[in-house]
Amino acid sequence: MSSGMKRALTLVALAAVPLAVLGVFFVLPVSGMIGEGFWVDGTFDPGAVLEVLGRPRVHRVIWFTVWSSVLGTTFAVLLGLPAAHLLYRREFLGRRVLRALLLVPFVLPTVVVGVAFRELIGESGPLGFLGLDGSAAAIIAGLVFFNVAVVIRAVGASWESLDPRPAEAAAALGAGPAHVFRTVTLPALRPAIVSAASVVFLFCATAFGVVLTLGGLRYSSLETEIYLLTTNLLDLQAAAALSIVQLLAITALLVVTGRLRAVPDPSLARSTARHRRPSRGDWPGLLAAGVVVVLVGTPLAALVVGSLRADDTWSIANYRALSGEGSHQALLVPVTDALVTSLRTAVDATWMSLSLGLLVAIVVTRRSRSRSERRVRGLLDGLFMLPLGVSAVTLGFGFLITLDQPPLDVRDSLLLVPIAQALVALPLVVRTLVPVLGGVDDRQRQAAASLGAGPVRAFMTVDLPAMWKPLLAAAGFAFAVSLGEFGATSFLARDDHPTMPIVIFRLIGHPGAMNYGMALAASVVLAATTAVVMLLVERLRVPSVGSF
Amino acid sequence: MRLAAPILAIVLAGSACSAVGEDSSPGDETASDRVVLVTHESFVLPKKLEKQFEEESGYDLVVRGSGDAGTLTNKLVLTKDDPLGDVAFGVDNTFASRALDEGVFAPYDAELPAGADAYELAGDDDHRLTPVDNASVCVNVDDTWFAEHDLAPPTTLDDLADPAYQDLFVLPGAATSSPGMAFLLTTVAAYGDAWPDYWTKLMANGAKLTAGWSDAYEVDFTQGGGQGDRPIVLSYDSSPAFTVADGKTSTSALLDTCFRQVEYAGVLDGAANPDGAEALVDFLLSPDVQAALPDSMYVFPVASDAPLPQDWAEFAQQPTKPYAVDPASISEHRDDWLREWSDVTSR
Amino acid sequence: MLSLHDVSVAYDAVPAVVDATLTLADGDVLAVLGPSGSGKSTLLRAVAGLEPTTAGRICWDGADLAGVPTHKRGFALMFQDGQLFAHLTVAGNVGYALRLRRTPKARERVRELLALVGLEGYGDRLPGTLSGGERQRVALARSLAVSPRLLLLDEPLSALDAGLRERLAADLRDILRAAGTTALMVTHDHDEAFAVADLLAVMRSGRIVQQGDIAEVWRAPVDAETALFLGYARVLDGAAAGTLLAAAGLAAAPAVAVRRSALAVAEGGPLGGVVVSGRATPEQIRLVVDVDGIGEVDAVARLGTHPAPGERVALAVDPSRLAATPAGRERSGG
Repeated sequence: MSSGMKRALTLVALAAVPLAVLGVFFVLPVSGMIGEGFWVDGTFDPGAVLEVLGRPRVHRVIWFTVWSSVLGTTFAVLLGLPAAHLLYRREFLGRRVLRALLLVPFVLPTVVVGVAFRELIGESGPLGFLGLDGSAAAIIAGLVFFNVAVVIRAVGASWESLDPRPAEAAAALGAGPAHVFRTVTLPALRPAIVSAASVVFLFCATAFGVVLTLGGLRYSSLETEIYLLTTNLLDLQAAAALSIVQLLAITALLVVTGRLRAVPDPSLARSTARHRRPSRGDWPGLLAAGVVVVLVGTPLAALVVGSLRADDTWSIANYRALSGEGSHQALLVPVTDALVTSLRTAVDATWMSLSLGLLVAIVVTRRSRSRSERRVRGLLDGLFMLPLGVSAVTLGFGFLITLDQPPLDVRDSLLLVPIAQALVALPLVVRTLVPVLGGVDDRQRQAAASLGAGPVRAFMTVDLPAMWKPLLAAAGFAFAVSLGEFGATSFLARDDHPTMPIVIFRLIGHPGAMNYGMALAASVVLAATTAVVMLLVERLRVPSVGSF
Repeated sequence: MRLAAPILAIVLAGSACSAVGEDSSPGDETASDRVVLVTHESFVLPKKLEKQFEEESGYDLVVRGSGDAGTLTNKLVLTKDDPLGDVAFGVDNTFASRALDEGVFAPYDAELPAGADAYELAGDDDHRLTPVDNASVCVNVDDTWFAEHDLAPPTTLDDLADPAYQDLFVLPGAATSSPGMAFLLTTVAAYGDAWPDYWTKLMANGAKLTAGWSDAYEVDFTQGGGQGDRPIVLSYDSSPAFTVADGKTSTSALLDTCFRQVEYAGVLDGAANPDGAEALVDFLLSPDVQAALPDSMYVFPVASDAPLPQDWAEFAQQPTKPYAVDPASISEHRDDWLREWSDVTSR
Repeated sequence: MLSLHDVSVAYDAVPAVVDATLTLADGDVLAVLGPSGSGKSTLLRAVAGLEPTTAGRICWDGADLAGVPTHKRGFALMFQDGQLFAHLTVAGNVGYALRLRRTPKARERVRELLALVGLEGYGDRLPGTLSGGERQRVALARSLAVSPRLLLLDEPLSALDAGLRERLAADLRDILRAAGTTALMVTHDHDEAFAVADLLAVMRSGRIVQQGDIAEVWRAPVDAETALFLGYARVLDGAAAGTLLAAAGLAAAPAVAVRRSALAVAEGGPLGGVVVSGRATPEQIRLVVDVDGIGEVDAVARLGTHPAPGERVALAVDPSRLAATPAGRERSGG
């Protein structure tokens, strides 16, 4: 066997598992649903689908999705960058706590956050005078609230170990701080920033609760429209048309970001320098971090305050009630049980997405020998981003109609939920690992190999130390995604094993002051759990690599 | 290998918490030993009753609940060739004809409790759907607020468009919420083809739309958890029973603004265990379940002799003449109505 | 013994190495010399098993290495910039391969190796705290740790400054001799090649254009370009070559490569010319002289003489600093 063929086989073997999972749990269900739109009563009829694309309403929906996502992404990046600098390049008391707290919004169910936001900006809220309720500005703020953590974490992980010397060299050559940032730091961070931005864009474009709750029904995005068409109107032609629009849009996005992400030399020198304390020159970071803290903290504070109110007094009655089943048995299982289910599911989703993501990242970042090989790797890279951009409703319905025949009769399996969540988390994992793995000098691996280390050992020597932190960051992400995932989970979770967001959704959907208070309390518990898990993850440091 | 220890620790911790391997889906159990109930996310029955069913019938009960009534109906339609279970509960009269047209349900003429025949679905002549509960979507008002502001509360749909009540009404939208859709149907029934004009007036009078019931009730309604500032809200006829303090309710439902939603159960066509499915439909009509419905699912039983909880009996009044729209007509026009409604309300 | 038979390597169908054939006996040190882009590093990587060959065979002791992955070839590779593992200490780096093979008394061996490269007591330092030269020494020690049957050196000294490079080159030669290591080194620096290797292969545009004993190659460059790359200052041809060869008492040839010091100012020398320019160096004075019948060539004069531009001088020729080559047009280089 030629060594070229061997490489191709290795590539295929490494990619086989993630590809199979993606094929069965994503491509199959989604194409099943889209197929329902194209085949009407057993005959192929694409006309109806194409006709949908001509509707003015569809144009409005697409346009809103695009501009709201662009704005949401832009603000998330503009706020996230300086905050990432402060949180990952500066040493100060409580920065780990702050980092963990900023990831909290990511897991909160949109129903609850929507309520918390609206209590602030609603007509009767303390910020009601701004007139934000039901405005596009509220939607954008909500999108930023949920996603700024993605930018902070993904860019921070890359920034944390960036070699400061090129920047110092530029400064020594007479470049001011802004110039240094623009000409040295930014190019080095570009892959991470583009990665984070593309993920955030997809999150924004598929946001569901935020658009409905904060937009006061005046705005429709592709996601809300697909939901309406599928669950309410059963207009599968139109839903298929919009799903195809989503797929095309993601593909376009991936092509663009792929271009933007490509850098001539992805090697990143890792630094050994200690980070210093913040100084006056860090004001952009301090300012942005301040804005982020206010943006993220205020609704959270409102949530905490609300959860501590019962019968118009301060009390922890709402928390006490969590071990019960809600007033008038709104729940099948106590919230505490749901928390256990959530954590277990999250553990499964995390290891699944980490192992799949690691394989994908390895496949994608290995140096390509030929142009076609490079193209195949790029294609794989993009393929695993798709689950982020496709409607959870399409996926959920697709599961039901396609995964019903042996050997794939898994509609009942408890594993369906973690698998679905792992698929949603996978792009985040891949996007966190790829910049770092791509930044590892290939010659390090070759040096290890020439000293007698096999591929596995070389990986452990060279890649793992470089990846340890991003891997932890990715694990945190995956865990958080799983804890907070609602769209697909609500379709797949079995009644006897609901997760926290589902229980919270149920509580807030039933009348009774106690249920409302419990929903808030359960959200606070979910938030606190997330923060604690994030802190623990950050504490997991390996002595031998702790020095950089 | 200094890396090995932490990795091992994580793997161990992970496997200890993992749910893999304890998938409790009963593999060795044949389909005829169990009944699978497909329902929406609001379905709740006390555990005691579920056990009682299992003991009396000898079947294991498996409940699969997710999504709202619309999602449930569409799921059933999409999987009709390979049903998700044996029996479905939660398809309501706004979605019923779609399910019937698509042949989701098999006929089963259950023995109805007293009074339940009033809720049977018009046009369902071969008894595919069995009524189990009902709840009416009505406009609710905060009586305390109106007393404090020395203003007579509204009573009719027309009142809601009266400038005296400007900026006081909050309701969930028809496109995203089941009670919202019910209110749209109320206006269709009340105003016929002129319903868009009514909505134009309603919106001009400052009515506020939210995505879901919880947004309207919990955030914007003066009696909700978030203590908003709108004293008129779209909710249910049973809602006043949940604002009781010191033996008095602070809200009331306007019984001339109601649309009745009836929820049905039915045996799925192609069920693996049709006998079990029929047994479960019967069970849902049994006195015990009917009596448990108000507390579990916030709905009224269809059995007229089922006892109501005290707060309900005292404070939750049902409309005597709710508005109604022919299910077939809903099925036919839902799409057009929603589209027109969206146009009118986002203008 | 390493042998390459008609080895070719291509990237995306663009050939990088074409039909390379080489042999390297045990204990010998071979330098592959070539300008950047000549394919010499690719050749080295192919030997290491890091690049797939498109044709030909790479053999060790006659056994084809195709399909043998890098880590099983038993060849150690040392990079231009060392590629130390930043998170491991110096001792950790040097003992890396020993640990892989669970060698007993690894610690002692690491100490010996560090002593061999002159870094006693550096074991606990991290690579980030070392100077460039120290890092290369650590990399060398790491490569030598398990006595590889072949050591591959990729421009091992070129990242260092001139003085250090000269010292380390001598050390490298001594260390390789002392360890009896067979080594293949690629470099673009002919001084480095001369300082370290016994054998030389010259590569250009993917092809090995000349190979053999280093002195042999140096004495008889195969063509003008090779001569220039080997450090000859100019290549003369035609009448100029004839005149110069005659003056040196050598047989006629189509072209002749001239070292900078081949012509020296000497009373009564056979050639005469006019000084064009002059520059003093610590050892001699370097001149450019317009020689009668030849044209502008380099020449040297002893320190203490002061030939000024425009002055006429007589020149003697040192035949050992000329190399007759096949046809080549006159070019200057250096």
